[in-house]
Amino acid sequence: MTALVIRGGHLIDPAAGVEGLKDILLKDGRVAEIASPGKLKQTDGAETLDATGLTVAPGLIDMHVHLREPGQGYKETIATGTAAAAAGGFTSVAAMPNTRPVNDSPEITRWMQAAERGAAVRVFPIAAATRGSKGEAINDFAALKSAGAVAVSDDGLPILKDSVMRETLAAAARVGLGVIQHAEDTRMTHFAGGIAGMNAGPMAFKLGLRGWPNEAESSIVERDIRLVQELRDARVHLHVAHISTAGALAAVRQARRNGLRVTCEVTPHHFLLTEEHVGFYNTHAKMCPPLRAAADRDAMLEGILDGVVDAIATDHAPHAVHEKEVEFEQAPNGITGLETALGLSLRWLHGEGKLPLGRVLSLLSAQPAALLNLKGRGTLAVGSVADVVVFDPKAEWTYSARQTLSKSRNTPFDGWAMQGKVRWTISEGRIAYTSE
Amino acid sequence: MTASATTRRPIHPPPAPASLFPYHPGSLLSAADLTLDEISHILTRATALETQDPLTRDRILAKRRVALLFYESSTRTRTSFELAAKGLGADTTLVSSLSSSIEKGETLKDTGLTLRALGAETIILRHNSSGAPWLLEAETRLPVLNAGDGMHEHPTQALLDLRTILAHLRPGTHTVTAETLAGVTVMIVGDILHSRVARSNMQLLPRLGARVLLCGPKELLPEIAAQTGPGIEIERDFEAALRQSQVVMMLRIQAERLAGLQLDLEEYKANYQLTGPRLAAQAPKAIVMHPGPIIRGLEVTAGVADGVQSVILEQVKNGVAIRMAVVERALTAALQRGGRA
Repeated sequence: MTALVIRGGHLIDPAAGVEGLKDILLKDGRVAEIASPGKLKQTDGAETLDATGLTVAPGLIDMHVHLREPGQGYKETIATGTAAAAAGGFTSVAAMPNTRPVNDSPEITRWMQAAERGAAVRVFPIAAATRGSKGEAINDFAALKSAGAVAVSDDGLPILKDSVMRETLAAAARVGLGVIQHAEDTRMTHFAGGIAGMNAGPMAFKLGLRGWPNEAESSIVERDIRLVQELRDARVHLHVAHISTAGALAAVRQARRNGLRVTCEVTPHHFLLTEEHVGFYNTHAKMCPPLRAAADRDAMLEGILDGVVDAIATDHAPHAVHEKEVEFEQAPNGITGLETALGLSLRWLHGEGKLPLGRVLSLLSAQPAALLNLKGRGTLAVGSVADVVVFDPKAEWTYSARQTLSKSRNTPFDGWAMQGKVRWTISEGRIAYTSE
Repeated sequence: MTASATTRRPIHPPPAPASLFPYHPGSLLSAADLTLDEISHILTRATALETQDPLTRDRILAKRRVALLFYESSTRTRTSFELAAKGLGADTTLVSSLSSSIEKGETLKDTGLTLRALGAETIILRHNSSGAPWLLEAETRLPVLNAGDGMHEHPTQALLDLRTILAHLRPGTHTVTAETLAGVTVMIVGDILHSRVARSNMQLLPRLGARVLLCGPKELLPEIAAQTGPGIEIERDFEAALRQSQVVMMLRIQAERLAGLQLDLEEYKANYQLTGPRLAAQAPKAIVMHPGPIIRGLEVTAGVADGVQSVILEQVKNGVAIRMAVVERALTAALQRGGRA
């Protein structure tokens, strides 16, 4: 394998506590050496990337994406989804199991990681917690883990039954996996006449749409925390996916104070947008959980700034154009997010909010690596995996959904100003993306 | 990880962009789209068109093409839109979800584009999904008239209701202002939750100074309804609401949208049915309205529906005049005005 030198860049590695002008040598898919500019010892024959004026950081890790394979290749494939990931600076993505069929087996888990999928960056499958994600019978977590699963989740659906959730938490803990819960009490969001498509409140009433109440999220988070408390000797890890309400975040905060391993992620859309963005039935503002009221959005920002939020994840959920060009109530949930997460996080959290760059990068790399127990990732310490993102932190640019590398372009961020342009994404020592 | 409170700044993410709808100045998607000037114009044209000689009136839109696209059954709205368009000389065509390719799975977008390709210059849409007219307008860029979308709005119903209210409370008024209905309380009773008629009236009437009083049980009238705009209040005691109102607007229980809701109809009738004695005792001078269809013996008794205070058939009649004005506006609105923000 060829060697690669990244010269003259400003290295930020929050996990290792390193920040400064450094040259870095990548060799055989690992970080081989880090030195002051011009001081690398063994660079013979290495290809050189000039990173002068650029930031060099651990490759980003998105712990929540939907790559749609197997089964829905018209929305996205593992190849196209990971190409979009690379363009967004991500070197690892954790793929949710709501594929067709549901990824509830070691066979599918391995299939998703096979070289034939043509992934541009590393795919870590998250396997279904229960058979067919039906929330009834739990899967063989040991087998799934040895096939490569990094967590279990029925994402898209909650594990509603107390007994099943308790068993899932305990069984996952026994094999050292976390449980990622999509917190939605569907008894409050699914009606005989249809499924709630936006946040419950005056705006939903005015638009004549069924509302998704905050309590549907917070009640499940609170229930799950009770279960973690009951199992507290079992080293359980509960992770709340795409948290969106102030109440649920407060419950996570309290659980942490009580010493429980309860973590959560927030999406860029939940920390930036509100239900107002639904406007007049914009299907690109329809996702699950829905965009919330301003007070909840502000609570998400506050949680990121004060540290209760553990990770920024995109919930990248591609859908074909024709699937979103329908009546709001009939449109599927979800938006793409891999190409906009870094630009939005840098612009708003770092640029506007003055959250230190290292903190933003940690939420996008070191912290999700720790949550999923991805060894040697999320850091550039010597010996770790050569997953690197090189970006211009000052560059301002405008996102164009038309130019996406994803198969889909269902994003509310088309035309939005971004900060921080990815120059190179390097996955396990190979250049996975180079900007024009 | 600890917060570095000293260096943090509050973050104010961008507000939602102003709506680009309606794209077409002839569209009528929501009662909220209309300025007071536009409402006055529609009311004035409704009266002018109603009284015009039918032989000259039918030259106004002679041979223009109007499509009626109906995904739900309708008697009043469909017939009055059709009579209105024909009364102005337009050719009309009706596509209903049964007996069309919609049954075969054709989308609203494709149905709209097909109608446009067939020469439709405006589409009147009745749809069971809230917001469908916005989609249709975005995809076809034709003037779209919302003839009722799901639980959302029914703006021409609100306009014909306004014409009816003005005829009784402010006779001769066509030019409306923010004070035209000052001092008037309009109560809307019953299934507010599922009612697009209620929502359009809640958008329209307070802007003319009216107080809108909503009345009904919690299952059909959530508290949140009062927060949807100014001038809207809730009074759950039916008789107390009646005593305050000059206009009593009764709504049908929408059994087809009730799925999952537990509602005891006998209890409902005991509390909210408009009966002759109730009306005589609490609101002997009020006018009684109903957008139809009426379920006699449920929300109103037959005696009240046929009684002297009932203006229900006047509403139906006003529907034709209002819809003539709205169809005329759709096909003659100057494109140069552009979409409103």
